[in-house]
Amino acid sequence: MRINISRKNINDSFVAKIQELSGQNLLACYQCGKCSAGCPAVSDMDLLPNQIIRYAQLGLKDELLHSKSIWVCASCMTCNVRCPRGIKIAEVIEAIRQILLRKRADHLPLEDLSPEVKCQVPPIALISSFRKFTS
Amino acid sequence: MKLIYYPGCTLKNQAKNFEDSGLCALEKMGVEVQELAKWNCCGTVFSLVTDDLIHHIAPIRVLIRTKEAGSNSLMTMCAMCFNTLKRANERIKADAEALSTLNELMYEEETKYEGDVEILHLLEILKNQIGFDSIREKVTKPLQNLNVASYYGCYLVRPREIGIDDPENPQIMDELMATLGATPIDFPYKTECCAAYKTVDNPQIVAERTYQIINSAREAGAEVVVVSCPLCAFNLDSRQKETRQLFPEFQHMPVLYFTQLAALALGCPEEKLRLDLHYIDPKPILKSKGLI
Repeated sequence: MRINISRKNINDSFVAKIQELSGQNLLACYQCGKCSAGCPAVSDMDLLPNQIIRYAQLGLKDELLHSKSIWVCASCMTCNVRCPRGIKIAEVIEAIRQILLRKRADHLPLEDLSPEVKCQVPPIALISSFRKFTS
Repeated sequence: MKLIYYPGCTLKNQAKNFEDSGLCALEKMGVEVQELAKWNCCGTVFSLVTDDLIHHIAPIRVLIRTKEAGSNSLMTMCAMCFNTLKRANERIKADAEALSTLNELMYEEETKYEGDVEILHLLEILKNQIGFDSIREKVTKPLQNLNVASYYGCYLVRPREIGIDDPENPQIMDELMATLGATPIDFPYKTECCAAYKTVDNPQIVAERTYQIINSAREAGAEVVVVSCPLCAFNLDSRQKETRQLFPEFQHMPVLYFTQLAALALGCPEEKLRLDLHYIDPKPILKSKGLI
């Protein structure tokens, strides 16, 4: 896969927005990979958690906004607990989701859910998925 | 001892077995429980972004109701409510400006919030306030020969700052199971995420996790799994249906709330356990051990 790295992307407001929303210093990451080693969701991800941080450092906006991974992460906090640099990776992923959701790009449209699903799953599941996947 | 109790949404319907058994167990321990008046949904997840104060209103309003009930501590049984309430509380306690903004947003509330309510999970209360030794004395039906794997999941133990036990190797539920006379079974997937709310948009991910978690518990020798979260309970119990469809050789295992086993050991009547609310019927294994 070819990736173009440019000063323009790195200095883009997208990177600053992620840092602001997540409250994290992306450059603290030295790519040890511990977050991805412990993540229970990696088998369903296209970008691994350590790659998400690297892509965010480099301002690879389109790749991040179109990645499957941001909707696979369930904020279980395993990465956060283990990061030797104290970076809250789950917060970074939440920031990327929020950038999309604040433009009404819902991941889980309510009208797509069948009545069977709505009756079957407990309220705790519906409320949390709407909180995470809708604007 | 008197506790102010916050049930949250799911303990009033799908997880009625959690509530009924928990309340009965507390009664057997001589604890008075009062349900919080006019409680609202906590929001189920803590808002992780820095500028999203509005989503902290729901949990903080619950803490205002607690103060109005004349208490400075609130007990929850649900791990997700515990996590959301406690994190929102810690968030605004560490940020005077955010606290002031929230109070301004809730200007119609007669009580101001000042960060002065403590949120406690029932397991912490059992260990630190009632004491496992005191509970052991009240056990009338020890859970002999029952191999129990305690599944902690995420919200009880992570992040470290609010967790009730070590995030990598929690023991508190295992200690309770030993107190009740059961044999605690340690297993490597005890803090692995069950995929939580992905159960709505992608049940297959949940079925795969359930397969790993339940099989790991079985390989370690478990006969049942206990949980403290209604979402974990739904995923690990009800999603065994999808797990079996995905992996035909998968063997079912009953999933119970820790409160159901506590209620059983403390002599609560069987109807308080609400064993009818499970997808995988726990009655055969409990009958085979002479417990029901």
